[in-house]
Amino acid sequence: MGKILEINGPLVKLELPETVIGEQVRVGRIGLVGEVIGRDGNTALAQLYEDTAGLRPGEVAEGLGWPLSVELGPGLLNAIFDGVQRPLNAVWEQSGDRMARGVSVPSLPRDKRWHFVPDEHRRAGASLAGGDILGTVQETESILHRILTPPLLHGELLELAPEGDYTIEEVIGRVKLADGRIEKLRLFHRWPVRTPRPFKRRDHAVQPLLTGQRILDTFYPLLKGGKAAIPGPFGAGKTMLQQQIARWCNAEIVIYVGCGERGNELTDVLEFMPELKDPHTGRPLMERTLLVANTSNMPVVAREASVYVGITLAEYFRDQGLDVVMVADSTSRWAEALREVAGRLGQMPVEEGYPAYLGSRLAAFYERAGRVETLAGGHGSVTLIGAVSPPGGDFSEPVTSHTKEIIQTFWALSKELADARHYPSVDWLESFSGYVGSAAKWWAENIDPNWENERAAALDLLAASEELQRIVNLVGVEALSSEQRWTLEAAGLIKEGLLQQSATDEIDSFASPEKQFALLSAMLEIFRQGMKLVKLGAPARKLIQMPLLAQARRWKSQHSSDQIDQLKVKIAAIPGEFEKLMLEYEQTSA
Amino acid sequence: MKNIEFRTATSAQGGLIVMGGVPGVAAGSRVQLRDHAGRLRAGLVIRSADDAVLVEVFEGTDELDLERTWVRFLDEPFKLPVSRDILGRVFNGAGLPRDGRPPIISADRRDVNGEPLNPAARAYPREFIQTGISAIDGMNSLTRGQKLPIFSGGGLPHNRVAAQIVRQAKLLGEESSEFVVVFAAFGASHADARFFQESFEESGVLNKVVMFLNLADEPVIERLLTPRAALTAAEYLAFDLDYHVLVVMTDMTAYAEALREVAVLRGDVPARKGYPGYLYSDLAEIYERAGRIKNRRGSITMIPVLSMPSDDITHPIPDLTGYITEGQIVLGRELANQGVYPPVTVLPSLSRLMKDGVGKNFTREDHPHVASQLFASYAKALEVRGLAAIIGAEELSDADRRYLEFANAFERRFIGQGEDEDRSVYETLNLAWDLLSMLPPEALIRVSEAELAKYHKGATA
Repeated sequence: MGKILEINGPLVKLELPETVIGEQVRVGRIGLVGEVIGRDGNTALAQLYEDTAGLRPGEVAEGLGWPLSVELGPGLLNAIFDGVQRPLNAVWEQSGDRMARGVSVPSLPRDKRWHFVPDEHRRAGASLAGGDILGTVQETESILHRILTPPLLHGELLELAPEGDYTIEEVIGRVKLADGRIEKLRLFHRWPVRTPRPFKRRDHAVQPLLTGQRILDTFYPLLKGGKAAIPGPFGAGKTMLQQQIARWCNAEIVIYVGCGERGNELTDVLEFMPELKDPHTGRPLMERTLLVANTSNMPVVAREASVYVGITLAEYFRDQGLDVVMVADSTSRWAEALREVAGRLGQMPVEEGYPAYLGSRLAAFYERAGRVETLAGGHGSVTLIGAVSPPGGDFSEPVTSHTKEIIQTFWALSKELADARHYPSVDWLESFSGYVGSAAKWWAENIDPNWENERAAALDLLAASEELQRIVNLVGVEALSSEQRWTLEAAGLIKEGLLQQSATDEIDSFASPEKQFALLSAMLEIFRQGMKLVKLGAPARKLIQMPLLAQARRWKSQHSSDQIDQLKVKIAAIPGEFEKLMLEYEQTSA
Repeated sequence: MKNIEFRTATSAQGGLIVMGGVPGVAAGSRVQLRDHAGRLRAGLVIRSADDAVLVEVFEGTDELDLERTWVRFLDEPFKLPVSRDILGRVFNGAGLPRDGRPPIISADRRDVNGEPLNPAARAYPREFIQTGISAIDGMNSLTRGQKLPIFSGGGLPHNRVAAQIVRQAKLLGEESSEFVVVFAAFGASHADARFFQESFEESGVLNKVVMFLNLADEPVIERLLTPRAALTAAEYLAFDLDYHVLVVMTDMTAYAEALREVAVLRGDVPARKGYPGYLYSDLAEIYERAGRIKNRRGSITMIPVLSMPSDDITHPIPDLTGYITEGQIVLGRELANQGVYPPVTVLPSLSRLMKDGVGKNFTREDHPHVASQLFASYAKALEVRGLAAIIGAEELSDADRRYLEFANAFERRFIGQGEDEDRSVYETLNLAWDLLSMLPPEALIRVSEAELAKYHKGATA
């Protein structure tokens, strides 16, 4: 037993010899939990996950003997945890509307029985390695939970329980280790959050993560196992875009970490998710979703821990051979938590008060994404999408600039677009994706061989229009040639008919890759047909008045992803519209 | 321990004193100081160790010495006594009466710091509040339980706008407002405080208002307590007495500056513009106390007012606020100079909760599309206006000239309205269609074809 020496905000100095850095401690009469971040002689410095008001020097402190760990087993899905994996619904039942301090509730329900089906290949007497699949539990209708051996365990399987209903604490098997000790197996195990879970080897990411959002999938693709960042000033629609991704992406598990964000946003997610269906399985979205919520008014140290809790949960599902997406909203708040603790430790600040290790911590965190061959021999992936909240929307600030060097896909949100209510406000000039080549292969094989060219053509058009817009801003639209005017008009068509996508419109909210490509080719077809006419001498003024242009802007919300045929009929009719116009033009000019 | 006075101050400087040799003092506990003249001051323990306790003195350390300063540790956090009687009262920043009436006596005393709400216990705000102001109701609507700040600047009429919202706010279908108001002013001038007091008096709601005032010439450190005391009262009214509480706080910039002042004294590492790294967390502790709770009837709707230093929306205070609150109403100097009241600059304004509180079942089915169309058309119109400034209005095409007229009418008739003009949301939407009808139907792609047929007045037909 040790004791408290000094209390300074979330930091507590303890007289506690023989503790290990990273070890969990319980402090004070009310039993606040924290972790040791430094040692000096007989004293230990700990950061606490809860508010320290009321603690006194002299009160007791003890080391718990393990680092911050999470419980991994059935009962994770459909749950909402705080930053140190306390189940918020159970905490609510126990301590009421407000987060009382010192509450200890197990992360996974202890009394619930799960139907365990042992893996048929497991035989008593055979050897068992870490990460092996012991059996399965049908946790939700869409997710089959594989029960894994703890990653570092190796030995001989002595016995495995038969099919039946078990709580997570009941012993379902025994293993004899190399040194002769016998280890019990349960439906769950613990893993320290700051240590990446092991796997056999890293693999290439090959499949795009489809989000149903045209500007993302078609223009700046992300792969399953990739790393992406969404930077944007407040009000640019960051949260909305992340919720759209969580809603529609074709991953099997979605982990949404609300790190230092608004309470009402999480409530929104909690309320709308159960009502929505997974477009890929038809099951309620909540069945594949897991929330880690540490809102901005909750203690800052737990906020720092929350992203590690989230990524460890993601790795656990990856190790079961699943494709997992983790959305971290927002990594800036995590970095600020880091800064706050560093400041109290008196560490030398470098840029804007951030500690020197900001860049390396960020990089190490994002490195936990990837597609891997799991210990059990299958393939799984963790795709990491981090929101960044740059102060004042300034992308040159430390968190954004470090992140930009680490990630492969950059979805830059623009305040100007958001102000004009162009959503999603992904800036097509600032954004980039390093995965276009790999994604092109998938699109060519599955949707259309021409995808890469069409995508490039649309981007060229957008870039050209940016140039033209500058001229217009100086001298007015009349100064443009007919060809230039038509280019400008077509770019506007792409922006409004393709890039803009309404999250609240039932039909437009999600677009299958087929629909995305159909719309892309439709807009380009209009551009090309028009350009042909313009080159023949038709004035752009005439073309711009075509009703087709206003109609095409509405197609995205008129035909759902199941009604591509109707869309194709309309596309097929495009050349006819222009021929009519050409005839008219020829008659009047003749 | 409560009864012992210690005279062990070892240093005092700029609002902080260090006490030596007081073992076992609880972090965050309240402190009472008695100086050489016998005057009492209040303080708070911000760092506690056996050999040294750091105390923040609200009234500052002016005229304190080390030898004749007696300190008593009260062993509890700052608490506010609450009862039904707080309605109609005026308190100072620390919750003591400043209206000459006796203090509130109640066995129910609440820690002003509150405890964070469990996210699982929150209920999502969905009930549309009609403020009677078109720029808000039509395009940036407020819902019950939302926190929607007014971003303003020196000399802009943010106080008048806030007062108008307080006077007119009601739920659809209700005849009169059933709100109670908690009003907190920190660093505000006496004139501002009087303006609000008179405005509440005139509209006859004074007995439904609780005021917490820490004015510009009053102790700076007490400012850190003022919003917390006010919100403790608001939580009591909302979640114990089932009231719908509208909290108006002004001016958050003064609060953040007070926080910076104290942070510098404490030697905290500065982040941006000298503000401490925990400014975000600290503001969140305040703003996040707005909201609704499942199975409770009351609610807290928050309208903080903040003046943006040099009208700069990227300054840390508006910036961090915008990241926490559910939108912002931005007032602009340009519109104000043209005599438009309320000068709401709609493009940077936003209400994040609007999507779930308007439309069918809430206001009118066309509301979300109309709002989106107004934003898009006005954005386009401003582009045209920028162009006209360069090449001259005569050079514009006919279509563009229509946009120019639309922009002017929109600013005068839709944004602009009287200070006593209380427009229903239906009037607002009809007015919006009047204006949108100045533009050809094919330019309006954010509204559906059915809505066009029903509401568009066919300017070109």
